[in-house]
Amino acid sequence: MRAPLLVPGPLPGADLLLREVHVLDPRERIDARHDVLVRRGEVAQIAAPGSLGAPEGVEEVQGHGRHLLPAFFDPHVHLRTPGQEHKEDLETGTRAAAAGGFGAVIAMPNTEPVLDSAPLLRSLRDRAAREARVPVGFMAAITCGLHGERLTEMAELREEGATGFTDDGLPVVSAGVLRRALIYQRLVGGVLTLHEEDPSLSRGGCMREGPVSAALGLAGIPSASESAMVARDLALTAHEGGRVHIQHLSCARSVRAIAAARAAGLRVSAEASPHHLLLTEEEARGLDTRMKMNPPLGSEQDRRALIAALRDGTIQCVATDHAPHAREEKEVPFEQAPMGTTGLETAFAALYSGLVLTGELSLGVLVERMTAGAELFELPVARIAPGAPANLALVDLEEEWVAGAQGWESRSDGCCFAGRRLQGRVLLTVAAGAVAYRERVFSVVAAA
Amino acid sequence: MNHLLSIEELDRGAIERVVAQAARFAEVSDREIKKVPTLRGRMVLNLFYEASTRTRSSFELAAKRLSADVVNFAASGSSVEKGESLKDTVLTLCAHKPDAIVLRTPWAGSAALVSRWCTAAIVNAGDGKHEHPTQALLDVYTLIQRLGALDGAHIWIVGDVAHSRVARSNILAFQRMGATVTVAGPPTLIPREISALGCEVRFTLEQLGEADVIYALRLQSERMTEPWLPSLREYAAHYQINRRRLHPRQLVMHPGPVNRGVELSGEVVDSPQALVAAQVEAGVVVRMAVLYELLSGTHAPLRAAPEPQLA
Repeated sequence: MRAPLLVPGPLPGADLLLREVHVLDPRERIDARHDVLVRRGEVAQIAAPGSLGAPEGVEEVQGHGRHLLPAFFDPHVHLRTPGQEHKEDLETGTRAAAAGGFGAVIAMPNTEPVLDSAPLLRSLRDRAAREARVPVGFMAAITCGLHGERLTEMAELREEGATGFTDDGLPVVSAGVLRRALIYQRLVGGVLTLHEEDPSLSRGGCMREGPVSAALGLAGIPSASESAMVARDLALTAHEGGRVHIQHLSCARSVRAIAAARAAGLRVSAEASPHHLLLTEEEARGLDTRMKMNPPLGSEQDRRALIAALRDGTIQCVATDHAPHAREEKEVPFEQAPMGTTGLETAFAALYSGLVLTGELSLGVLVERMTAGAELFELPVARIAPGAPANLALVDLEEEWVAGAQGWESRSDGCCFAGRRLQGRVLLTVAAGAVAYRERVFSVVAAA
Repeated sequence: MNHLLSIEELDRGAIERVVAQAARFAEVSDREIKKVPTLRGRMVLNLFYEASTRTRSSFELAAKRLSADVVNFAASGSSVEKGESLKDTVLTLCAHKPDAIVLRTPWAGSAALVSRWCTAAIVNAGDGKHEHPTQALLDVYTLIQRLGALDGAHIWIVGDVAHSRVARSNILAFQRMGATVTVAGPPTLIPREISALGCEVRFTLEQLGEADVIYALRLQSERMTEPWLPSLREYAAHYQINRRRLHPRQLVMHPGPVNRGVELSGEVVDSPQALVAAQVEAGVVVRMAVLYELLSGTHAPLRAAPEPQLA
């Protein structure tokens, strides 16, 4: 029997009464005020506002003026364990997830060593069961050591609960190797998720090739580095009929290729990150290393295309590509800095401020896209319905805050939204029935 | 304290001030005793992460003529080779309380980065392929000495623009001073969207006749190992400034060191139209002017105060 794909953490099931919250769950078609009772980690009752009393031993949460959303799902995070715990670990990474309203995440395998064998996956899953605050799924590598040559023992990895396979951080450079993975997928199932980059086009580059890289004299990465690889991999998928998911889209041409492939019936899904949806290459002009990520921030035209694709569903889900690095690793000249920004703690607020409040997207669509990742990986989607496991995010849509002003739950402070004023704050996260995060409010009062 | 980080942040007035001060120092250079006591007791630290003889010695000479103490720190053979980060190297050297740090690195933005870590005045002597502001200032000075002003002049910058910090600083500086700038070179060595800096772009020298000044860039031989160009021969055939292409009224400049027979023909280098030696000479007085502006303490800053940094 195959192991479950998500490893639940050690936290106990919650007993909560959320009073008079505005419940918004687009899949359940709820968009109204209710009382919501959670017993032993399950949604027990959804009733008219003010109608429920808290049974003994049930914590009461005043939800007036606040929204209760299904907890978000992030199919693309880097938890850096094993081997790079100075950047992040299972505990800090999942704490950051919970603080961002995420009820589950999927971790990438580009660790040290690379997650490319079943024993390693088993030990990581054991560790997650002890340390993680929200359930974690683990992707395994497509190729041993991410070397792009030999396939991992995908069948055994799948039996041990790998949610899918990816060489994320690197592309599968050889078309022949990717084709073999697509063929082998018929035996093992799971999703192949693809980091699309042609190294012969991107080599040496550290920001998008364009007016900013030209002005700064930095080697640029052309958008074709991504779109050419997307086109190649869609052709392979069409030929072999596999199931692929394209990671962190960053340019308009990739979006068009995916829309066409979907129209032709290919089983391809795609994700976009908050930073590609909200920021452009202009942000890199000041050479702030927090603005250095892979793929790099694109043009305004690319950003508009990504937003349109997220709206119309060509891009089905948001993924943060939460990529923490230690401060000293980022406190270097731009060209020397590693690529990656954190994103779990700011994703919802940044997208709510930048897309919903600006009228680009409705709140309902944003919530749908921030939860839909689970479905793409054959996992149950968070729902606010009686009998469902409690996966909830309580948010205050009015509250403004400055990202990072009160520190981070993540071990890394390398967030591209740091210092920005955002609206919409996660106050409480329930993940797989357990309270995974509560906003802690400290106020310092001078002694009388 | 103020810095010289880029031409981008200088306005015309600041450039003119440096040029005027350099002209005053040029008079010192013609004396028998070429030294003034202006910066006596001040310390200038040359911190070079890239090999450089010309720029470093030019700065060294400039500081010494102003009576400043000079310390040279080269990255090779130092703690940098033991893995010390740029930040730690700078913090360590700053314990000696230098008044100015002249910094060259292979990384864009490093001068600006270092300026946030210490209180010394930072002079960017080349940050990657981004900028080389003192080169642009000495080129402006050289041209003003020769032409009186740059207003209305057509200046062509020819060659490997993609890998040239000199090109980026000069495109900006020449335009600030009222010149029209065209960049020309093989399409593989002209960055896409370089026109965002306000310059015209040409891939041939057919219109070279419109130029008053031709600024040839050094073609680095490592561009051949990566296939930026099919061959040096083909480059020279299309882009070399030689007698056939040069009109007698045009001036020729080059940041040095020149590859004779590649970007410039030998006869052009040796002709009176070439300002290469004048540029080297200008280097010292312009760098004296820069150090003087930054360290003498009686002047308005070269640039406006920066915006406060967000968290």
